[in-house]
Amino acid sequence: MRRHVSLYGLTVSLPLLIWQLLFFVFPLVFLIALSFWTVRNFRMQPDFDTVNWITMYGRGIFWQAYATTLALATMAAVLTSIFAFPCAYAIAFKLPERAQRWAIMLMVIPFFTSYLVRIYSWQVFLSDAGIINVMLGWIGLGPYGLLNTPGATLLGYVTLALPLVVLLQLFSLIFIDRTLVEAAHNMRCGRLRTVFEVIVPSARVGLVIAGLFAFILSFGDFVSPIYLGGGDPTTLSILITDTTKSGQQWPRAAVIALTMIVTLMIVAFLSIRFAYRGRK
Amino acid sequence: MNQENQANRNPWVSGALKLYVVLAYLFIFAPILASFVFSFNSDRFPTIPLGHFSTEWYRAVAADPLVWEGLRNTLLVGVVVGVISTALGFGAAYTDYRYSFMGKQLYMALALLPPTIPVVIMGLAMLAFLSRLNLSGDALAVIIAHVVICAPFAMAVIRLRLSQMDPSLEPAAWNLGASEWATMRHVIVPFCRPAILGALFVTMAVSFDEFAIAWFVSGLNETLPVKVLGFLQGQVSPRINAIGTFVFVISMTLLILAQLLLGRTAAKDKE
Repeated sequence: MRRHVSLYGLTVSLPLLIWQLLFFVFPLVFLIALSFWTVRNFRMQPDFDTVNWITMYGRGIFWQAYATTLALATMAAVLTSIFAFPCAYAIAFKLPERAQRWAIMLMVIPFFTSYLVRIYSWQVFLSDAGIINVMLGWIGLGPYGLLNTPGATLLGYVTLALPLVVLLQLFSLIFIDRTLVEAAHNMRCGRLRTVFEVIVPSARVGLVIAGLFAFILSFGDFVSPIYLGGGDPTTLSILITDTTKSGQQWPRAAVIALTMIVTLMIVAFLSIRFAYRGRK
Repeated sequence: MNQENQANRNPWVSGALKLYVVLAYLFIFAPILASFVFSFNSDRFPTIPLGHFSTEWYRAVAADPLVWEGLRNTLLVGVVVGVISTALGFGAAYTDYRYSFMGKQLYMALALLPPTIPVVIMGLAMLAFLSRLNLSGDALAVIIAHVVICAPFAMAVIRLRLSQMDPSLEPAAWNLGASEWATMRHVIVPFCRPAILGALFVTMAVSFDEFAIAWFVSGLNETLPVKVLGFLQGQVSPRINAIGTFVFVISMTLLILAQLLLGRTAAKDKE
């Protein structure tokens, strides 16, 4: 490790720093300034006016969307974590190493498929004359209105987050000290008790972070609530796209975006503190 | 890996868990498989029972000049984004590997954080910022935005490779009189070559599928995924399956290439 600053070191390190400062940090900071700009005659102008904050925070629809988004994303994080855990557990503890590698490789594939196409595919499953209702019809049930419900939105969120959550849970389970598990068994600790009192606490950091990612992904997704949830009740992400795309109300959209960022930061801070609680 | 205590083995529980894994994978792959199947199905409104085999959606897509334009934009953006993000990611990975300095944590946060910011927020921020610079509504805007979220992936792939390198290799080259630049060119880059190519393919694949930020900033120069979003809004439905299957094949090819490159060198290193 040489410590002096050299032309060589700067040439290698600086490009990324400059790029991310210019095109990642600046745009996010610019949102703060933008939220105080005003719009007159459909034209934005630099200003320092709290009108956008007052307008947005004074609207019932904003708080309704906030509550909906928070509730749906929390439910998505909990559901995805619960669905993922037996899967990650079985891959970590029950599969031979070769099958484990295959399982991981298969789980990476969804990241490289179009989320839009998968959501459209769920529409085909859920619509009134769709696959699920046809199958239910065979046994004399339905048809049920499955599409355009909060449940359908949740299905989309789980589709989005499940692969990542399984992988993150899996990596935290694989690195658990196996002697701990064996010790529990030797002391005649039952299977379920071992899971809840030995395995879950040892993997807590990874499990919480996995849930946090599910929350972040669901909180910001606008595709599932529109195309599976039918846009009603509306979410913050839908409000942002609507406010941005219809008319020049970008400053108001910035207010929503900043509120989302602050919410995400609080949630991230709380869950990471919870994850590391009692650890040094 | 799975030396669980013999006494605690219950074949029923193990069987049920394995069945659960199969079901979970079915759930994850059901929409992908369905899209593939329905892309060859004749019905206007896809459901079961299936209609007959047909390539009409592929023909409809192929006859749409807007789709070709979208594909051209996607490929152009993907290739440029791949090259720039891999270069930036390589620099960041090497910085992390070799240097320790004040504020390194902040540097690493900038190098890794962007993909965790929700895409609607990134999209809005990019749109507002780039349009101030008169850059929005342009393929260049999509490139700039995609590099921000792709560079972290490149950095992760290359950093992993660097951690497999013998740490005395670089000092050895210096001791033999090679300059830092010569060492970079003749030792580090050749060692990282498979990871560099892997990062190139992975970042291209990420850019190919990104639709949200691209939708915000692309204006009239829409990429293919943005077109798909348009189809989804307009209910011109089964074409989505045809495009989806086509893009899936491209992404998988890139991914498998990356995997082969990385897997082969890992095997070679072991010899």
